[in-house]
Amino acid sequence: MAPMTLNKITAQKGISIGEAASRVADLGWTPSYVQEAMTFPTDYKISKVPKDPMKQVLRSYFPMQEEKDNRVYGALDAALRGDMFRNVEPRWVEWMKLFLAIIPFPEISAARSMAMVGRLAPGEELRTGFTMQMVDEFRHSTIQMNLKKWYMENYIDPAGFDITEAAFGKCYATTIGRQFAEGFLTGDAITAANVYLTVVAETAFTNTLFVAMPSEAARNGDYALPTVFLSVQSDESRHIGNGHSMLMAMINDPSNHQLLERDLRYAFWQNHAIVDAAIGTFIEYGTTNRDKSKESYSELWHRWIYEDYYRTYMLPLEKYGIKIHHDDVAAAWDRLVKKNYVHKTAQFFAVGWPVNFWRIEAQTEKDFEWFEHKYPGWYNEFGAFWKWYEKLSHPGEQNILFNTDCGYVYPHRCWSCMVPCLIREDMCTDEVDGKLYTYCSDQCRWTHKVAFGAEYEGRPTPAMGRFSGRREWEDCYHGWDLADAIKDLGFVRPDGKTLVPQPHLRFDDKEMWTLDHVRGNTLASPLRGIRALSPEDREKAVAEYRKGFTMRPI
Amino acid sequence: MGAQQKPDSNTASPTKSGAAGAASFAGSESRKYNYFEPKGRKATHYEDMTVDVQPDPERYLLQDWIINFPDGTPTYSKDWTKVKSADWHKFRAVDEEWERTHYQRQSTICGMVQNVIANGRKSGATARFDKAWVKVLQDHLGAYKHAEFGLGTATMQAQRYGYTQMINNAILTNSSYKLRFAQDLTLYLSEIALDIPGFDTAAGKKHWLEDPTWQATRKLIESIMGASDYLEQYFAVNIVFEPLVGELFRSGFVMQLAAAQNDFVTPAVVSAAEADYERNLANTVELINLLVTDPQYGEYNRGIFSSWLGKYGALALDAANNLQPIWSQPRVKVATFQEALAKAKSRVGAICSEIGLNPAGGLAN
Ligand SMILES: [Fe+2]
Ligand SMILES: [Fe+2]
Ligand SMILES: [Zn+2]
Repeated sequence: MAPMTLNKITAQKGISIGEAASRVADLGWTPSYVQEAMTFPTDYKISKVPKDPMKQVLRSYFPMQEEKDNRVYGALDAALRGDMFRNVEPRWVEWMKLFLAIIPFPEISAARSMAMVGRLAPGEELRTGFTMQMVDEFRHSTIQMNLKKWYMENYIDPAGFDITEAAFGKCYATTIGRQFAEGFLTGDAITAANVYLTVVAETAFTNTLFVAMPSEAARNGDYALPTVFLSVQSDESRHIGNGHSMLMAMINDPSNHQLLERDLRYAFWQNHAIVDAAIGTFIEYGTTNRDKSKESYSELWHRWIYEDYYRTYMLPLEKYGIKIHHDDVAAAWDRLVKKNYVHKTAQFFAVGWPVNFWRIEAQTEKDFEWFEHKYPGWYNEFGAFWKWYEKLSHPGEQNILFNTDCGYVYPHRCWSCMVPCLIREDMCTDEVDGKLYTYCSDQCRWTHKVAFGAEYEGRPTPAMGRFSGRREWEDCYHGWDLADAIKDLGFVRPDGKTLVPQPHLRFDDKEMWTLDHVRGNTLASPLRGIRALSPEDREKAVAEYRKGFTMRPI
Repeated sequence: MGAQQKPDSNTASPTKSGAAGAASFAGSESRKYNYFEPKGRKATHYEDMTVDVQPDPERYLLQDWIINFPDGTPTYSKDWTKVKSADWHKFRAVDEEWERTHYQRQSTICGMVQNVIANGRKSGATARFDKAWVKVLQDHLGAYKHAEFGLGTATMQAQRYGYTQMINNAILTNSSYKLRFAQDLTLYLSEIALDIPGFDTAAGKKHWLEDPTWQATRKLIESIMGASDYLEQYFAVNIVFEPLVGELFRSGFVMQLAAAQNDFVTPAVVSAAEADYERNLANTVELINLLVTDPQYGEYNRGIFSSWLGKYGALALDAANNLQPIWSQPRVKVATFQEALAKAKSRVGAICSEIGLNPAGGLAN
């Protein structure tokens, strides 16, 4: 006979979790006295009630999340007791000044966007899922602010962490992250909150953000970031489930297919352009670990984006009649492995160091060897650049942004993804509403000119958003002296003269650049320059730009 | 420096360390977020987690919002409420919630509620509930859970629109509390239904949709859900609905009468909502106070709030009066509707005096 357990003695009849979830879903009703305002419109039709695949209720959700939090905060305490910062790699932590300045805003934007899908979905089945996601994203945003504060308090150089949200508002690189976030919550509600946020960003790209990146952190002695971000990622399957069931509620209606094709295309390309630029740089250039047996960013991308996302999530959508742009997936892959997209982005970040708010040190011989091993031909294209960068890292040298000896040509900026047009041969221009713009790729040109408009392939799209704002960062400081721009950015340390950014990791006042070291150089907007040209001269300039540049040997 | 050093090295000399204090140089002691004005002498952890995460072109957003809605409205707009402020960034939530404190509190409540229910059921408490009372729980607590849910969805909607992170996060946690409580009630009723033969868990929704007693309440809730001004929603929930209808029903009816019907379980379940409301009320009063004392727009704002008080006050009073028959349904009558309503009105009066508004008409005591 089985022994009696306490559990058996005290057990009482309960309701099953499925029963609980369906009771909770029955809380909603169709209003009859006052109709809800149609506040966030969409051009999509959602006629089916989305199903909730997760079957969860809040009373099990909150304790589960609290438990996760306890593990995170316990691990942070343990990291301090174990003196993590004595052994952490500053090269890595410096990039966290950028990453953690960006990411809390996309997170909270995802929480806000739950307002939009929550109201659009007919029925209340998914309401609990959206509620949990809203609170999850509130969790992600503030747990990341906490991690950042923790770095600021414990890392050797807190400058850059101390100005974090102000820097987020001002820096050219954080604006790229903001394009990612504003895309979640502005414009057509389904385009933003379902396709761009959930179906693409969360389902595909959080794996590189929140899984691949933490592994690299650990290789650099940072055990805090993995603790926080793997915990963040553990909430993501719920969000992916929400997004998928919303998608399934629309996909059988053929009138949605054209828009789904547009939005999958826009969302995939933007996510690639933005996330791969940033995370690729952190993983490949923010590390000191040059173990040749570990996967490169391209290899990680192939696993997470190509195999797991494209082949197993995106491709099956074809059977519903959605046109999938296989060519864009192939083009993104080519940009990573043949066109050196990540390497060119890292190079650009380094060129722009005086207007950053974190330090970037030069790559060294040991790094060169790894890059050449993983990306044959790398040394030929980038070796000289990093040697120049090292040479020009001492105060008193002309900074690399304005140094005319080394051969770097400052790029145009893409009006869509806001990353510069770094793959020179792919740069293109077009006119929208009578104005000329520059783009990094034909896909980005299409995004601005075709996707974000009042109609799409002849079909009115009155809910679609529009690109706006001062999207070319350089334009904001056109004609400014570099030193004045840095002061205006607020990227000066408390002594009023030493720069927050430094092109090295030498924690020594004698080695640190001040405003005086960079004064006397004038910033200019490439877009103003190209707009000022006659059509013939412009054509020549574009042709010249597409040829690229060669770094001079050092 | 660090670049040559192995992460697992445990022989790092102080100069090779990446730890705070390992070297002294410009900025090496700058270990506080320095871009906002703390409300008190020192920034609280809540402020550090919250302030300026949602940016503003008038503060640091150099390149402005970069995506617009098709009518030109940017990602965040001050026009999403009629109310105006000289400085939207001044508001700080009184309950100072960020994720950790929110989960701790919600999780504690979930544990408390489930313990109460489990212990009550184990001790056979539900069998001792008065029969007439069981029907009241089934029909009216069952109907009321939908009101809580409706306000949870209204505030979930509203948290998209506020002009600062502090405002939106306060509305977000309010939504989270309301939706949790709606589920608490739903699952509580479902569980006692297992012990009470004939208990109809579908009756609550039927009463919510059809019973004349609840129609004015439903109209009020739907009016709040249908409002497109997020502050109007937040105001209507916490300044009007809660004291006049929410507390009236939760405290003035359920908590007052339950014990006399041999029910010691329901008050414990419902009490969580009273504590939730104290926090949401404190946040709302703080925000509205700032807005009615705004140096530029205080008078103008007071006019807006007064009009909302008038609009929702009338709907809520109607809702409250329609609930009166419920007070006569329990067998043991230990409180009257009139007493409860008088208390609710004086509560509204007290709240309004804190924010400089005058309840008029039927709302006046
Ligand atoms: Fe998230
Ligand atoms: Fe998410
Ligand atoms: Zn682009």
